[in-house]
Amino acid sequence: MKRNNKSGYLFTAPYALLFLVFILVPVALAVALSFTNFNAVQFPKWVGFLNYITLFTSDEVFMQYVLPNTVVYAVVVGVGGYILSFLLAWLLCNLTKGVRTVLALILYSPSMTTGVAMTVLWKVIFSGDQTGLLNSWLMSLGFITEPVVWLTDTRFLLPIVIVIGLWSSMGIGFLAMIAGIANSDESLYEAGAIDGISNRFQEMIYITIPQMKPQMLFAAVMAVVNAFQNGMVSTLLTGNPSPGYAAQLIANHIEDYGFLRYEMGYAAAVSVVLLLIVQIFSKAANKLLTEKD
Amino acid sequence: MAYKGRHINPRRFDRSQIKILLILLPLTAFMALPIVFIINHAFKPMDELFAFPPRFFVQNPTLENFTKLIKFSRNAGIPLSRYLFNSLLVTVITVVLALLLTTMSAFALSKIRFRGRDMMLKINQLAIMFVATAVLIPRYLVICRLGLIDTVWAHVLPLAAMPVSLFLVKQFVDQVPDSLIEAAYLDGATDFQVYLKVIIPIIKPAIATAMVLVFQQVWTNMETSSYFINDESMKTVTFYMNTLVNAANGVAGQGVAAAATLIMFIPNLLLFILCQSSVMNTMATSGIK
Repeated sequence: MKRNNKSGYLFTAPYALLFLVFILVPVALAVALSFTNFNAVQFPKWVGFLNYITLFTSDEVFMQYVLPNTVVYAVVVGVGGYILSFLLAWLLCNLTKGVRTVLALILYSPSMTTGVAMTVLWKVIFSGDQTGLLNSWLMSLGFITEPVVWLTDTRFLLPIVIVIGLWSSMGIGFLAMIAGIANSDESLYEAGAIDGISNRFQEMIYITIPQMKPQMLFAAVMAVVNAFQNGMVSTLLTGNPSPGYAAQLIANHIEDYGFLRYEMGYAAAVSVVLLLIVQIFSKAANKLLTEKD
Repeated sequence: MAYKGRHINPRRFDRSQIKILLILLPLTAFMALPIVFIINHAFKPMDELFAFPPRFFVQNPTLENFTKLIKFSRNAGIPLSRYLFNSLLVTVITVVLALLLTTMSAFALSKIRFRGRDMMLKINQLAIMFVATAVLIPRYLVICRLGLIDTVWAHVLPLAAMPVSLFLVKQFVDQVPDSLIEAAYLDGATDFQVYLKVIIPIIKPAIATAMVLVFQQVWTNMETSSYFINDESMKTVTFYMNTLVNAANGVAGQGVAAAATLIMFIPNLLLFILCQSSVMNTMATSGIK
């Protein structure tokens, strides 16, 4: 490998500059703003840890709705989606290449339709009267007699947002897992069979997974980020805040305070908490996946 | 029959695959339902949109919704073509810029030794977990301060540096044998020539993957239009579609909104299909070690 400081900096400088200005500086600013009271008009006023104290002690909406909702959403869509995408990837790799490619494309395509694009569809499916597709189906099958107002009923809002999240969670991490499994060393499978591996499940646990740890980890990080980034869907479906805060996720809470109430210092504190949670979850995934060696 | 091992990556179809298909096919069909529905909805004539009970499949497909979409935007003052043009411009600039920056950095981070390199790699890897929505406000402040509000650059620059694509491309460049690069240097090639003539041709699959990722991010992005752009004529088609979807509460609007959704979705899908084998090739080296 060539040693050359000058060309190293020259080649990385353009990316580094944009990275600095649009990722690093904003994160630093968010941290700084989180210690202030800032309404976007006047100069930020230093308040110390007040925002954080308020967030954890007296923001009832956050403690009662946003945090539990986010945890439930992250566990089901993050962890559940992760396990599901591994199982699907593994199943796909038991098929021949042509079939696998077509099915993988279909499973991946929802992740291309970020929230915005499909809003109209969800509104039609979950429409609250008899013209809604889901209501119409359930009524004709006799499960319900009265149409359910899916998008305003606080009982169904979070589950709906979760289902949509799961539906679109077969993203790039899923592709990484397919590639990881498909490219695993074939001779190991033969050796395993000789060593007494007797079914597909054992094969998956003892041969496939250990070989694709790096892809598993990459997919885990993507799953975590995906799970916490999402919040758009509920805002688009029901507005912000969602009825009874039923589907309020941490991303919605930030938007609520930052862009609707203009309490930007407070919103920044929530952002910092969000970034920290993502880091912690990713670290945990890292630990979990690398320790089992 | 004794267990033979190695079912992964079969070359031919055999009976053991039937039960796998029995699990996968219904699941895949279920996952495909929403997209199948939106395609059908976009081509439904008025009476089928109003039909009760609601129908899933279209019976007499028509282009009515698409022509209405064009008329709709003409009445709004800013023609659809303007939004489309903005989107195309923004997408092309961002993708080209992102690919240039990403491949250059990936080359340096992988094949040139310089001080601070390891730290840059670590920071970038950490930034994969970066959640853009969390720093929307500070980003807005930065863009304001730089005087980028209402310019194309407000769309382009925040999305041009994408940590995930740099990570993936860098992992791919790692595989390029050092001997190849050394041979080029011995022949008197400069760093830039090595980058252009040796690295770029070999890492085409990774470039295609980065292109797919950046394209998806830019094409579907709404934040730049809603927060960094005030001038209506500078906003992108995604933003317009969204206002349309929100405005189209009536059943009549649904068909138009579905047509709009389809128009947004198709380029994404086509690009991915075109690049899918390159993407899978790249993902094989995607692991975090």
